[in-house]
Amino acid sequence: MFLINCPFCGEREQSEFKAGGEAHIVRPKQPTELSDDEWAEYLFMRKNIKGVQFERWNHVHGCRKWFNMVRDTSNDQIKAVYKMGEKPPVK
Amino acid sequence: MSNNLRFKTSKFIDETYRVSFKFNNKTYFGFKGDTLASALLANGIHLVGRSFKYHRPRGIMTSGSEEPNAIIQLHDNSSRTEPNVRATEVEIYEGLVASSQNCWPNVNFDIGGINNLLSPILPAGFYYKTFMWPASFWEKYEYFIRKSAGLGKSPKVADPDIYEHKYIHCDVLVIGAGISGIMAAKMAAKNGFKTLLVDEKSYLGGSSIYDNSEFSKINNQITSSWLEKEINEISKLENLEIKIRTSVAAFHGYNFLLARENLTDHLPINQRENKVRQRLLKIRAKKVITATGSIERPLIFDNNDRPGILLSSAIKKYIDLYGVACGENNILFTNNDTAYETAMSLIQRGIKINAIIDNREQIDSKISYEVEKNNIEIYKGYTVVDTYGYRRINKISIMKLSKDGQTVIGDKTKLNCDCLGVSGGWTPAVHLFTQSGGKLKFREEDQVFIPNVYPSDQISVGSCNGDFGLEEIIRNTLSSIKKFLDIDNSEYKTVETISGLNQSKRNIWLLPSDKSIGKTKSFVDYQNDATAKDIKLALREGFRSIEHVKRYTTTGMGTDQGKLGNMHALGIISETAGSKMGEHGTTTFRPPYTPLTFGTIVGRNVGEFFDIFRRTPIHDWHVANNAEFENVGQWKRAWYYPKDNENMHQAVQRESKAARDSAGILDASTLGKIDIQGTDASEFLNRVYTNAWSKLAVGKCRYGLMLNEDGMVYDDGVTTRLGENHYIMTTTTGGAAIVLGKLEDYLQTEWPELDVYLSSVTDHYATISVCGPNSKKIVSKVIPDLDLSDEKFPHMSFKNAKIDNIKCRVMRISFTGEHSYEINIQANFGKSVWEKCMEAGKDFNITPYGTETMHLLRAEKGFIIVGQDTDATLTPIDLQMDWIVSKKKYDFIGKRSLYRSDTIREDRKQLVGLLTENPEEVLEEGAQIVADIKKSPIEMLGHVTSSYYSPNLKKSIALGVVKGGKNMLGQKLIIPMENKNINVTVADPVFLDKEGERLNVKL
Repeated sequence: MFLINCPFCGEREQSEFKAGGEAHIVRPKQPTELSDDEWAEYLFMRKNIKGVQFERWNHVHGCRKWFNMVRDTSNDQIKAVYKMGEKPPVK
Repeated sequence: MSNNLRFKTSKFIDETYRVSFKFNNKTYFGFKGDTLASALLANGIHLVGRSFKYHRPRGIMTSGSEEPNAIIQLHDNSSRTEPNVRATEVEIYEGLVASSQNCWPNVNFDIGGINNLLSPILPAGFYYKTFMWPASFWEKYEYFIRKSAGLGKSPKVADPDIYEHKYIHCDVLVIGAGISGIMAAKMAAKNGFKTLLVDEKSYLGGSSIYDNSEFSKINNQITSSWLEKEINEISKLENLEIKIRTSVAAFHGYNFLLARENLTDHLPINQRENKVRQRLLKIRAKKVITATGSIERPLIFDNNDRPGILLSSAIKKYIDLYGVACGENNILFTNNDTAYETAMSLIQRGIKINAIIDNREQIDSKISYEVEKNNIEIYKGYTVVDTYGYRRINKISIMKLSKDGQTVIGDKTKLNCDCLGVSGGWTPAVHLFTQSGGKLKFREEDQVFIPNVYPSDQISVGSCNGDFGLEEIIRNTLSSIKKFLDIDNSEYKTVETISGLNQSKRNIWLLPSDKSIGKTKSFVDYQNDATAKDIKLALREGFRSIEHVKRYTTTGMGTDQGKLGNMHALGIISETAGSKMGEHGTTTFRPPYTPLTFGTIVGRNVGEFFDIFRRTPIHDWHVANNAEFENVGQWKRAWYYPKDNENMHQAVQRESKAARDSAGILDASTLGKIDIQGTDASEFLNRVYTNAWSKLAVGKCRYGLMLNEDGMVYDDGVTTRLGENHYIMTTTTGGAAIVLGKLEDYLQTEWPELDVYLSSVTDHYATISVCGPNSKKIVSKVIPDLDLSDEKFPHMSFKNAKIDNIKCRVMRISFTGEHSYEINIQANFGKSVWEKCMEAGKDFNITPYGTETMHLLRAEKGFIIVGQDTDATLTPIDLQMDWIVSKKKYDFIGKRSLYRSDTIREDRKQLVGLLTENPEEVLEEGAQIVADIKKSPIEMLGHVTSSYYSPNLKKSIALGVVKGGKNMLGQKLIIPMENKNINVTVADPVFLDKEGERLNVKL
């Protein structure tokens, strides 16, 4: 169980959070303009990397806020946490 | 008690406190301070169990948690019974009852012992190879295999003991209170770190606490005396907490550790009442110092498993700590200096040593010369090739090792003994380190794996770090702790050590024998009966990965997790495969380090605390009125209210009829309620529901469907516009939290520009639904001031009202198709308003109904239940609910997916009504639906999702999903059941009052 530094509440147990999949996937503004393939790309395709991954997390049993996290999935080291809409502070 | 085995010289044993205990139905005595193992040994008992596969007699092998053989059943046939307990860890107490496992009729004569004779035909993978054919026989094989598998017996009644969980936060956690652990804890605590020191044993000091030898001294004092002073000093330190009998089970990432603290297991049973038995400690440590020591390695030779064969360090501990001699005619067998320490302990007490067999040709240490001076014959360059004695060792045979150690040469010599101590050197206990994600490296010189890369803020010190000599341990512990904690080493200015041992070792993983390997039984894993021969067989059969060899041979898969033999398995694999040791890595050490009881794992979460449950404000009324309950999510919902001797069917039929004939009342408080406010609330609803919301007038209600982005229905409910910028949304009972989470997700991440605020108000309101032709009369009595005329208060609208001056919201919405009202009132008034409605409805036979009747009534109307009639694969179009999908809206969640190539297929499963040929026949929910039963294989077209007998329609009705069902109206289909085929006709899913006339009744 890792400790997550919620950008709104500070460091808390992982059990208070929910993982929300890959970050920085923006919902298309005009879905009707998209072909089936383009829509499927948004809808289904997600990366699952061994290594540094950008993820969405939700402090579901806390402030209920969504935020972004950079995590190395090979050793669970968290490189950064940052608010929604912000640019990732690390590459 | 056999007096000549007990030496009353140990300060750890209280000879004034005699303890009686039972082992295999016989009463024995020991002293306070004994473990079950030491007490049995003092009584001359070595044979305590039978091995798993061959049922070979097995004795006590070790003196600690690594014990593979002496695992026993405690308190058999009682509520406190516990299987697979290590006799070496059980502290005896008055009333202890222990028995051997895995033997019948008893440990001395075990029928299963025949497996030992059959062993040539029970090789590795025997079960996999034999019980494969014919495949259909597996069920029969399984019955017998399961019967003969397993070690102890699990309890059959509830555990009477109390367990709990506790969080601990500390700056420094020190695991292991041996010499380096004690030093580390002192340095940490004295330098201001809040420190926790834990050890699995009942005493502090590890193996050094009984090291009374003249050959190892610290600052010119006997090691044990020096250490005692240290312990005395640290026990007074303020910011040091010490927990004994506490075994760290798991070391997770981020320095999160789980430990089991044993609180009452050493107490007499009658002193355990109302006390917590075991505690699971959840430890968050900023820094972790692992000082878990090392485990002595056995040696692998033919018949190395007989009772009376122990680790040499165990023999030393039994005599030094417990004052118990394991035998009267001892032989020690070693490849290093450790056994000579044991020899000195035995010599000091005048216990006979017949010989020492040493793999090494050259032995050059002070302690070995001292042993030789005592006229003990040392066979240098020799190995044990066989042992004799069925229930207890009585002889060994030895031969000279060839120069390369691969074969034996010369004549065989037989030597008598009743106890054989073996020492194959030491294996650092790196289990916790690797659990934490640490990477090991292999040290060639003495063939050990030691910590290399630390994944978190932690360090390993002492022999678990590969430091074996006293001097090395102390020097390296001091320097690494100093660096690790970034402190000045003022606690230990000068520590001088003297040791009579040197670290030379002749490591041979599998000792040679004069017999061919096929004829030997050289056990690598004692508990699972995996031999060197099995490992070699696995390699011959093509297994290469250590993880595969482990599973195929079951090496290291017992309750001891192969603490003794895993290294030898690796060694034999690399020797046989001709690869370098360390190339294969090790198998994964998984938590827990030693087994945990289920009680410890669940803590207080037992009985009614097992899971959270939620009750509505009206719950007590349901209980008082004989309701049966069903679990819906975490809620307890009234299911039906049986009267007299009614069964469920009878009660539901009565309730359903009453609701349509006159009046019914339902507790709908569990429906999810989300309060939505903000200037963009309407726009937000437009985006999350499939239908349009902008034009909904204040005071009106509307039903909505919510889709996932993939177009599939995931929730539904009625939302009411309370004001210009204020809505209240209802969700399904089970979906409330998910819906709120999803809406928040979109608001925060996709549409942060919208001015919308969501609050969960599910628990704030009680919701009472009164339905039926007489509902208007009843509600007019409860809320006389409210104008209930259809003009003023039409269907799908809402009014603020007051009941006894308490504000409430009344919605005219219906899930039954009847004229009905939903009264929402502050939760704590829920029960009294419910009672008011009951009173007002007395003359109209108002009938409380539960969820089952609710389901039946809505099915008559063809209303779906999300999660029952849908399963996240159905679009609104599949549900024949095209009317609710707005064509005008540019976008809403899931819209684009509704015309993907897959979602527009005509042959998707679609919701239909089903009527049985025989109106009395009620279908089974979940039953398959087919068209052609002659075709093979039969094509499954869909399944029944809801099915009831309708008392109002006087026939059986059902809903189901059928491939292409939308265009099958009137078509005949078949429901194949176990012993009959039921004919059905596809029908309109709305069975009753399609025109909706029942919604409006005249008062």
